[in-house]
Amino acid sequence: MDIQNKVIEIIADQAMLDPSDVTMDKTLEDLGIDSLGLVESIFAIEEAFDIQVPFNANEPDQSDFDISSVAAIVAGIQKLVAEQHS
Amino acid sequence: MKRVVITGAGTINALGHTVPETLEAFREGRCGIGPLEFRDVERLAINIGGQIKNFEAEGIFNRQQMSLYDRFTQFTLVAAREAIAQAGLEFIGDLAAKSGVVLGNSGGGMTTLDENYRHVYEDGKNRVHPFVVPKLMNNAAASHVSMEFNLKGPTFTVASACASSNHAMAQAFQMVRTGMAPVMVTGGSESMLCFGGVKAWEGLRVMSKDACRPFSMNRNGMVQGEGAGIFVFEEYEHAKKRGAEILAEIAGFSMTSDASDIVMPSKQGAARAISGAMKDAGINADEVGYINAHGTGTAANDKTECAAVADALGPHADKVMISSTKSMHGHLIGGTGAVELLACIMALRDGVIAPTIGYEEPDPECALDVVPNEAREAKVDVALSNAFAFGGLNAVLALRKV
Repeated sequence: MDIQNKVIEIIADQAMLDPSDVTMDKTLEDLGIDSLGLVESIFAIEEAFDIQVPFNANEPDQSDFDISSVAAIVAGIQKLVAEQHS
Repeated sequence: MKRVVITGAGTINALGHTVPETLEAFREGRCGIGPLEFRDVERLAINIGGQIKNFEAEGIFNRQQMSLYDRFTQFTLVAAREAIAQAGLEFIGDLAAKSGVVLGNSGGGMTTLDENYRHVYEDGKNRVHPFVVPKLMNNAAASHVSMEFNLKGPTFTVASACASSNHAMAQAFQMVRTGMAPVMVTGGSESMLCFGGVKAWEGLRVMSKDACRPFSMNRNGMVQGEGAGIFVFEEYEHAKKRGAEILAEIAGFSMTSDASDIVMPSKQGAARAISGAMKDAGINADEVGYINAHGTGTAANDKTECAAVADALGPHADKVMISSTKSMHGHLIGGTGAVELLACIMALRDGVIAPTIGYEEPDPECALDVVPNEAREAKVDVALSNAFAFGGLNAVLALRKV
C-alpha cells in the first residue's frame, strides 16, 4: 500500500469515516479530529511507517510538521519516510 | 465550624531538601530543572526534569525500610519528618486516635513498577521481590507516615492527577474544620521520573524539551518534577493552647469538575473552583493578593487559567499577582499543589512573592501580573492556590495570614 493510502486509512479510522470521504483538501477540523485525535493519529502513523514525527501539541503552528490539510500531512509523511529510511 | 491553621511544613523537591532551602530558591528565582539522570534516559525524546539530586536514601532509611519504600514514600517521609518536627507534636492517646493522614499522589510507586516490569519482561526473570505490591501501592506513603508517627485516625490517599494534593489538603481541612480530627497530616508526593514514567508523558506530546515557561508567549510545554510537600493542619484553639507557631490559616476551598474533556481544561470549571474557594472562605475578590497558579507552561492551561482568574476576580484580576513556581521545580503531578502551597505561605508570612521564571515574551492571552523572573516584596493577606487536573478536576485552596 502506498504512503498516501495508508495515511488516509489511518485518518479515516480516527475520524470514523470511510477512506473515500477523506479527500486531500480536507482539514482535520473538517473531519472532526480534535487535538487528542491528532496526537493519536500521529502515533498510528509513526507506528505504521517506523518514523518519528516532530510534533508538539503546544505549538502546532511552529512544529516542523504541517497539519493544515490531509494533503499537507501526506506530503510531510512522504518526506519523513524518505529522510528517515534513506 | 472550627478554624484550621498550618503549624508545620516540610518538603523535598528539585529546589531543596527542606522548606528553608526551597523558599530561598523561590526568593532567588533559581531553576531546579536540568538533565535527567536514570537508566535508558538516552531513549527518551524529553530529557529534562526537576529531578532531586544528592538524595542518598540509604543513609536515611535502614535496609528493611529501603525494601519497602519506593522513592515517593521516601520523599514523603523526609518531608513529613520536617513538618511534624516543626509542629512539635507527639501523637499519643486521644490525639493519636483521632489524627490521620490524607495525601495526594497520582502514579504510586512508578520506579518500582518500572524496575520490576523490566525484570520480568525485558530480562525474562520469573520472580520478583516479595514487597513489590506494598511498595508500589499509592497509599504506601500515607500508611508509612501513619506508622512512623502513630497517627491512627482517618488515613488514605487521594488520586486526582495534578489536583491530587489540593484535593487531599481540602479533605484534611474539612476533617479538622468539622471537628472530626484535631490534627491532620496532609499534602502529597510524586516520583515519576523514571524511563516508563517520562516515556508515557512523552506520548502525549505536551512536554517541553528545553524549559517550563508559564504564561510566556513562547512556552512550549510542561516539565516534570518530583518530590513531596507535607503539612500539619491543626485546629486553631488546639494550636494556640500549646503555643504553636502558626504559619497560615486555611480559610476555605472548593472543588469542581468540568464534566467535559479528559485533557483539555475548561475556563468555567476553573473559574467556578476559584469563586467557590473565595466564597467558602468568606473572602472578597479584592482581598486576594496572590494566586499560586496551576501554570503548567502548556499552551492550553495557561490561557484558560488566566481567563478563569479574570472571570472569577473581575476587575481585581488586573491587580492580583499570580505566579507559577513550576517554572523552577517542574510539575510534581500528584504532589504539585503541596509544594506550591509553600509559595502561598511565603507570600503571607514573609511578604515575598515567588516569581514565574523563564518568562521571555508577553502573551496577550495571559495578560495578568505573572511576577516575571524576579521575586517581589509585597504585603499579602489572602492567597489562593490553584490546581486543575487532567480529567477536568479542579481544586482551589484559600489561605489567610494569621
